Amino acid sequence: MPTITYTDDSGESRVVAANVGDSVMETAVRNGVPGIVAECGGSLSCATCHVFVDEAELAQLPAMEEMEDEMLWGAAVDRRDTSRLCCQIKVSDDMDLHVTTPETQV
Amino acid sequence: MSDAAGLLILGSSQAGVQLAVSLRALGYDEPITLLGEENHRPYQRPALSKEYLQGAITKESLIYRTQEYWDEHRIDVVKNERIIRIDKRSDGSGVAHSMSGREFAFDRLALTVGARARRLLLEGVDLPGVLYLRNADDALELKARAPVVKDVVVIGGGFIGIEAAASLARMGRTVTLLEAGPRLVGRAVGEETSAYLLEHHRARGISVVLDADVRRIVAGGDRVAGVELADGTTIRADLVLIGVGVVPNTELAESIGLACDNGITVDRWAIASDGVTVAVGDVANLPNPVPGAPEGDRVRFESVNNAVEQAKVAAYAITGRPEDYQGIPWFWSNQGDLKLQIAGLSTGHTRTVVRRDDERGKFSVLYYRGDAIIAADCVNAPLDFMAVKAALAARASIPAEQAADPSVQLKAITVTSSGEHS
Ligand SMILES: Cc1cc2nc3c(=O)[nH]c(=O)nc-3n(C[C@H](O)[C@H](O)[C@H](O)COP(=O)(O)OP(=O)(O)OC[C@H]3O[C@@H](n4cnc5c(N)ncnc54)[C@H](O)[C@@H]3O)c2cc1C
Ligand code: FES
Repeated sequence: MPTITYTDDSGESRVVAANVGDSVMETAVRNGVPGIVAECGGSLSCATCHVFVDEAELAQLPAMEEMEDEMLWGAAVDRRDTSRLCCQIKVSDDMDLHVTTPETQV
Repeated sequence: MSDAAGLLILGSSQAGVQLAVSLRALGYDEPITLLGEENHRPYQRPALSKEYLQGAITKESLIYRTQEYWDEHRIDVVKNERIIRIDKRSDGSGVAHSMSGREFAFDRLALTVGARARRLLLEGVDLPGVLYLRNADDALELKARAPVVKDVVVIGGGFIGIEAAASLARMGRTVTLLEAGPRLVGRAVGEETSAYLLEHHRARGISVVLDADVRRIVAGGDRVAGVELADGTTIRADLVLIGVGVVPNTELAESIGLACDNGITVDRWAIASDGVTVAVGDVANLPNPVPGAPEGDRVRFESVNNAVEQAKVAAYAITGRPEDYQGIPWFWSNQGDLKLQIAGLSTGHTRTVVRRDDERGKFSVLYYRGDAIIAADCVNAPLDFMAVKAALAARASIPAEQAADPSVQLKAITVTSSGEHS
């Protein structure tokens, strides 16, 4: 089963078993992982599902589209090179993804 | 375990779910019952007219939380129970009675009962094939019928009507949208935005009729066959979707003596007129939360943002550390390939600045009261949306003259209240 590891700002980690096809945001929210707000429910409208993806794993993800890129400029914590909106990352077979949540989403 | 009845949250949707989740996050330890009348696990509505209708996402992804989450956080989720009567004592405790005869005792009550689709009083509205779109059952029916119909008439040019029309047009249906007023979404966006939406949706093949005076819905055999206008024309339809706004569900609140006026009247901490019962979300009529809003100004929102933010405020109040509800309201509406995002409230604006870049398909309207920016409607322009939302929150200004140039980034010309460029 694919797994996603969410590490919060203070360094605390939670490993969650994920379903293929769900987004990394849905996986977090449905299981109550703190640090991801996702107010718009994945509609790419709120930028409150901001995460930093492990650098080595980032390149393996499909590239982001222009709308996600633009939304990221408005995230509450300044974006970095590894920033993604995790409602746009789909869980794939055998995924073992590590993401860190920012200090705040709003 | 104590035998305390705890908090009963009536309505297990956006507001009710957020209230329960926030309370547990704040360490609230009393029992929580999250009760709703629908026979579904608590789910999100926005996609019902958009991604879900178009088949881009599944039913499962609408669900808020896993059962494990509810169990782990000791939130008792009860579905398929409609509350028809409430007995409440003056200390705020009481018993809620459901239609099936069950009783739910509570020490404190939260009303997150939302709103229902406004029904149209018109000949033919009860015909098979005439639908509304407020809840999952409506959406399941619409989704089941959409593939087997050809001509759709949508009555109502508000957000839900337009979103559904755009989704159905994308799915290859022939769609006519009838709006009784002179422009689209007249209640929530300004004239320039209405005109842009009209232009866009007509270009995408939706036949939009403004100032439409609908006379009746016409039957063919025992099903819907069309919609007749006052000028005598009949538009063919094997499916009619009505989206003419919502009505807040205030009946239970009124029955227990809570003050209501277009929603349940609450204060800045989401507390109703009895001083203890909580009301949050589409059903609440609240003091305008925009910083600096005129004293006494009240609003009722129909948005996810408000349901979430007000629920957090209510959770603070319930746990005994009240925080004023302050925030910049925002909203989104995905209409086919068009993404509208709204920040702030444009009521009372004195001028507008339009930023239009047809090459990149971007369009924004900035609303000003005097020199102060108060809101923006942004179409496929998330950078503008984010910049205005941030400026409003920081009480910063965006000079109108510079903003009129669409090649200028709003973030770059934002001036903070201390006079610095951000
Ligand atoms: C199709 C659609 C698309 C939308 N799109 C957007 C969007 O893009 N962006 C946005 O911000 N907002 C959108 N909204 C609005 C948003 O969904 C609402 O603002 C939000 O759901 C309000 O949450 P609520 O919990 O206050 O009320 P509701 O969602 O109305 O929930 C109230 C619940 O209480 C239950 N209930 C009522 N009375 C009783 C009773 N007596 N006993 C038991 N249960 C009861 C109801 O059945 C319902 O489940 C959309 C709404 C719809 C319908
Ligand atoms: S959940 Fe809103 S942008 Fe990702």
